[in-house]
Amino acid sequence: MKKLTGAQIVIESLLAEGVDVIFGYPGGAILPTYDALLDSKIKHVLVRHEQGAAHMAEGYARVTGKPGVVMVTSGPGATNAVTGIADAYMDSTPMVVLSGQVSTSLIGNDAFQEADIVGITRPCSKHNYLVKDVRDLARIIKEAFYIAGSGRPGPVVVDLPKDVQQAEHTFKFPETIELRGYKPTIRGNPRQIERVIEAIEKSERPLFYVGGGVQWSGAAPELQQLSRGLGIPVTETLMALGSMPASDPLRLGMLGMHGSYATNTAVCNTDCLIAIGARFDDRVTGRLANFAPKAETIVHIDIDPSSISKNVKVDIPIVGDIKHVLTDMLALAKGREGIARRRAAWQKWHQQIQRWQKDKPLYENGKRADHITPVQVIGELYELTKGECIVATDVGQHQMWVAQLFPFERPRSFLTSGGLGTMGYGLPAGIGAKFAAPDREVVVVSGDGSIQMNIQELGTAVEYGIDIKVIILNNYFLGMVRQWQEKFYNERYSYSAMSVPNFVKLAEAYGAHGFRIEKPKDLAKTMKEAFATRGPVLIDVAIPKEEAVMPMIPPGGAMSEMLLA
Amino acid sequence: MPSHTISVLVENEFGVLARVAGLFSSRGFNIESLTVNEDPLDPTVSRIVLVTSGDDAILEQINKQLNKLISVIKVTDFKGVDIVEREMVVVKIAVDERTRSELDSIVSAFRAHVVDIGRNAVTVELTGDSEKIMAFIELVRPLGIKEMVRSGKVAMARAVQLNENHHRRPA
Repeated sequence: MKKLTGAQIVIESLLAEGVDVIFGYPGGAILPTYDALLDSKIKHVLVRHEQGAAHMAEGYARVTGKPGVVMVTSGPGATNAVTGIADAYMDSTPMVVLSGQVSTSLIGNDAFQEADIVGITRPCSKHNYLVKDVRDLARIIKEAFYIAGSGRPGPVVVDLPKDVQQAEHTFKFPETIELRGYKPTIRGNPRQIERVIEAIEKSERPLFYVGGGVQWSGAAPELQQLSRGLGIPVTETLMALGSMPASDPLRLGMLGMHGSYATNTAVCNTDCLIAIGARFDDRVTGRLANFAPKAETIVHIDIDPSSISKNVKVDIPIVGDIKHVLTDMLALAKGREGIARRRAAWQKWHQQIQRWQKDKPLYENGKRADHITPVQVIGELYELTKGECIVATDVGQHQMWVAQLFPFERPRSFLTSGGLGTMGYGLPAGIGAKFAAPDREVVVVSGDGSIQMNIQELGTAVEYGIDIKVIILNNYFLGMVRQWQEKFYNERYSYSAMSVPNFVKLAEAYGAHGFRIEKPKDLAKTMKEAFATRGPVLIDVAIPKEEAVMPMIPPGGAMSEMLLA
Repeated sequence: MPSHTISVLVENEFGVLARVAGLFSSRGFNIESLTVNEDPLDPTVSRIVLVTSGDDAILEQINKQLNKLISVIKVTDFKGVDIVEREMVVVKIAVDERTRSELDSIVSAFRAHVVDIGRNAVTVELTGDSEKIMAFIELVRPLGIKEMVRSGKVAMARAVQLNENHHRRPA
């Protein structure tokens, strides 16, 4: 059998895993693998900074459901990717990171561009490997993809010493995987599923609280069927938006710190909370002691046992893949008398929530004569795309405005950094999404602070001719920081004002198009023109610094203590 | 907070102890005692026995987080289980003609072993549970402890579980 180098084994293994695109940046310790890559049909996207590569892989993974692949060199190449790895870990995003490493004989010697990336990423990756022997290489890559994509997905780092990339061995990609310490539970316990149905039957005000797990599991259709079949409303976390179409009246939108009055009030009043693929994050629950105070039963369905009863004590836990569990619930619920008997009560409950929605809608006065509001910009974005686009955001006010206001109709269409809250995520994630779904419109909504964190990826977008629209909600401030300082720090604006470049000129310098909008009367016209221009296009929209994200649960406060204005 | 003994069967591979120890430090759990050894019958696995403290909720999280590690094969929580637990201590104790006989009687009462004898010091090895070890140390302390090294704990479930029977309430 012909012998391959370790580098060639890496590439052959990636091909065997069906990898079509890699986001990366070459450097000394990974050069052998880059050399082998040149001969393969795998597309490589050369980024401008390794953090960008990791977020692109996240965007790609979020849209396709498959692991995104990152290739970086040792030392600074790998450490630059760490923020993206940590981000993927927090948001359960499948990713395989291949990092170069100094030769095994030099490891531990403080060699040039040496960093203990296995040590550094241990607490922020699902698993990681240092490959010490070329004979283990194919098996490890197979395992890395399996671990990244199965169970609760996450990033896996494979560290490749240079001499292992250069060593030779026969290539045989393993057909099976034997991991005795890793066997995710797929089917939920049938008795527990029955208990959930019984609990729902007993309740008068049931509520589904769904998280990103629904999207990773591909369970949006089952969720919709269940919610509509029973007539039980659904509230979504930031990561779940789009699981239930925004046009469905049963969809209540986002809950938590910036959830609407009606949605959070529903959580405060439900007597049976059914959490699905969500993890009771502090931004969702507010003060734990007062979370869902009237819930007699809390159900939690999740594939990760360690998520269950971590923050909130759960009455009925179910460990399993959400798609399977919901399918079993659908089968069990069919034709049950207890459910038919409750339908009227649940309808009344839904009507009650709809009254709350009417009483206190989001941003009642969303238009002003003298300046552009974020509500208007997001409204225009909807008009131009009919809600069919993929939206990637950064982190801050603009992110929350999109989450509150953009009516997502499909899952896997909202890309945002939820758990880690990484500014600089949006632009690269949007670029990654475009490689995953070239035919879908991709829009990045960012802020003037966030966009500057990975603005260099505009160079990548131009180089690869990415037709992407980037809207900057520009208030010359770190807006969310300013909002907290205004409300909780006596309006003492400590280092939150920021000067910004001329974004139009900056776009043009990169070879992209730039637009600037300052007046409400120009908004629709210029946005239309910008969207008719083939991207990358930067649209710099001036908004006043006083615009705040509302309502808001004060940090550490209870959901019922939300501030409405 | 009560102490718990947990036995963790792990892949015998590079960095596995760092994964387990890192989990405890990054999530703010405590390690009171730790022993690690390759399994003599199956060198592909190692066994980690650790003692930690926390309420039921913390213990449940520790169990789940350990199980979540890919390199962890099996977690055995000895909460409510009758176990055999052993630690070892080796103590170098100062002696002179006056105290030698006192030390001898302590050593024989505890079924400890003298493993090294010098002119001014005797080194004693003792195996037992924590209470026995502590009692021994307290008794020899007045003689003058020159040096001491104490192992972590190893533990195993007993063949007969009395505890289980206690929990079984009459119907």
